[in-house]
Amino acid sequence: MALLINGVEIEDTFAEAFKMWGTRVIITAKNRKWAWEAATKMTGFATSVIGCKCEAGIEGDVEDTLDGRPGVSVLFFTPSKDDLPKRLMERIGQTVMTCPTTACFNGLEAADKLSIGGQLRYFGDGYQGSKLVNGRRFWRIPVMEGEFLIEAKLGMQRSVGGGNFLVLGEDPDVTLEATERAVEAMKQVRGMILPFPGGIVRSGSKTRSKYKFLIASTNDAFCPTLRGCVQSELPEGVNSVLEIVIDGLNVQAVEEATRVGILAACIPGIRRITAGNYGGTLGQFKIDLHRVLGEAAPA
Amino acid sequence: MTRLTLNIQSNYPLEAEAITPEKFSGKSVAEIAGLPVLYGNEQCQIGDFFTVNGNGSEGIELEGDLAHVKYIGAGMRQGKITIHGNAGMHLGAQIHGGEIEVHGNTGDWAGAEMTGGTIRIHGNAGHGLGGAYRGSRHGMNRGFIWVGGNTGNETGALMRRGLIVVQGRTGDFTGAFMLAGTVINFGGLGSRPGAGMKYGTLVTYQEPELLPTFHYDCVYQPGFLRLILNDLRRRGVSVADELVGGNYRRYSGDFTSLGKGEILVYDQH
Repeated sequence: MALLINGVEIEDTFAEAFKMWGTRVIITAKNRKWAWEAATKMTGFATSVIGCKCEAGIEGDVEDTLDGRPGVSVLFFTPSKDDLPKRLMERIGQTVMTCPTTACFNGLEAADKLSIGGQLRYFGDGYQGSKLVNGRRFWRIPVMEGEFLIEAKLGMQRSVGGGNFLVLGEDPDVTLEATERAVEAMKQVRGMILPFPGGIVRSGSKTRSKYKFLIASTNDAFCPTLRGCVQSELPEGVNSVLEIVIDGLNVQAVEEATRVGILAACIPGIRRITAGNYGGTLGQFKIDLHRVLGEAAPA
Repeated sequence: MTRLTLNIQSNYPLEAEAITPEKFSGKSVAEIAGLPVLYGNEQCQIGDFFTVNGNGSEGIELEGDLAHVKYIGAGMRQGKITIHGNAGMHLGAQIHGGEIEVHGNTGDWAGAEMTGGTIRIHGNAGHGLGGAYRGSRHGMNRGFIWVGGNTGNETGALMRRGLIVVQGRTGDFTGAFMLAGTVINFGGLGSRPGAGMKYGTLVTYQEPELLPTFHYDCVYQPGFLRLILNDLRRRGVSVADELVGGNYRRYSGDFTSLGKGEILVYDQH
């Protein structure tokens, strides 16, 4: 049954999302500028596990931090439990420890723990020391600036990656405006991040290719320039498609972000909103668009 | 809440290891009054010295000058003891958990070799606070001690983990032979602070007289100290903003030992 929001058709379909492992890292610094510098570097080139081995993004500012300084919350995801510490070691070691004035703390209470500070401490070459504060261990690593402080263990938990929806618009400008509005609205939802640049993807992919060396290639069914060449999924009048991909610490956060984002994206000039899936055969989570919009959707 | 009021004053020591929330738990007033205490070398009962009221729940309140009553709360694991008056030696020694609050002074060895829990002393504390008994390899190993007044010698000696905060002065050999942990002193250190320390941190807000075996490192803003001072605020201890974000001179030592300990001196300049 068709669902219309502000005249925009919401297709009766679902986003297919996958199990991931996720963690939350709190980065603090002397001021907001340096906290964001570190967080931005740490989450750079972390858009998709296909090419980046991890997905990461900035969740937002943190007001009440352990050391009382300005803080930023970063969410970090990998497909496997073993990959998470490897990727975090690389990224925290190269982007947070190197960044002036920063400190790094766990932001996720979870039964599973991963040792990052406990490994990174060896950079101290024997001069590292630790402090146990209120039951939590922190490593002090001497660096040229002074000391880098990092919590010994971070919590990690089963998470959700690959939540998504596609915005089909009449032209690139209105499609970009709709997705920008969606991203702004979705930033208010905690527990999830949008790993792509500005939260928006223009080159959505399908999981096959005519080339044997590629595991993913352009999503031709949604490419306007290929409307006449392939079995297109684009309705008449659609000339641009943008996608928003969502990773969350739990499925509730992904669903809430989907709901908030779709509602914000329904502006004049948008013809349809749909979602990417593989027929429900690959992903562990089905995020049904009509269900998440529920009764909140205005007619 | 069980309330014990001391009704006999004596110069002889009274060893009252039975005064812990665990040992009182679930007992009637009569049963609590029948718990054993050692008066000098004589086996007696709590009821011989205290008037007992209450219902035997885990909270205990003690009233009177208990300066000669030893081992109050020693070894306890949970619950709370509040003392309205002074307390004797070994208060909260070797406790594993729970909380003890003293609205008065305490004798020597308060919190000695404790492995958890919280002790708050609003008056002064004696020697060996959070320290190690003679022959022991380490003293306090986790937990939190706050003293509103001054403390005696060897505060935090051989400390292994945990946090001691003293608002007033600490005596000689503060943090001697420390193995880890943190002692924060607001009112000034006695002589030879940190003597023989291997690891651990002494923080002071008054100019100390340091041993020559401590070497100056730098002036900096230690990040871990922000955590500790913010944690103190959450525990209700007043800490000025300038101390949290301030500069500290770092001295490494003691180089007669491993030399991986540190004394941090608040730098007002």
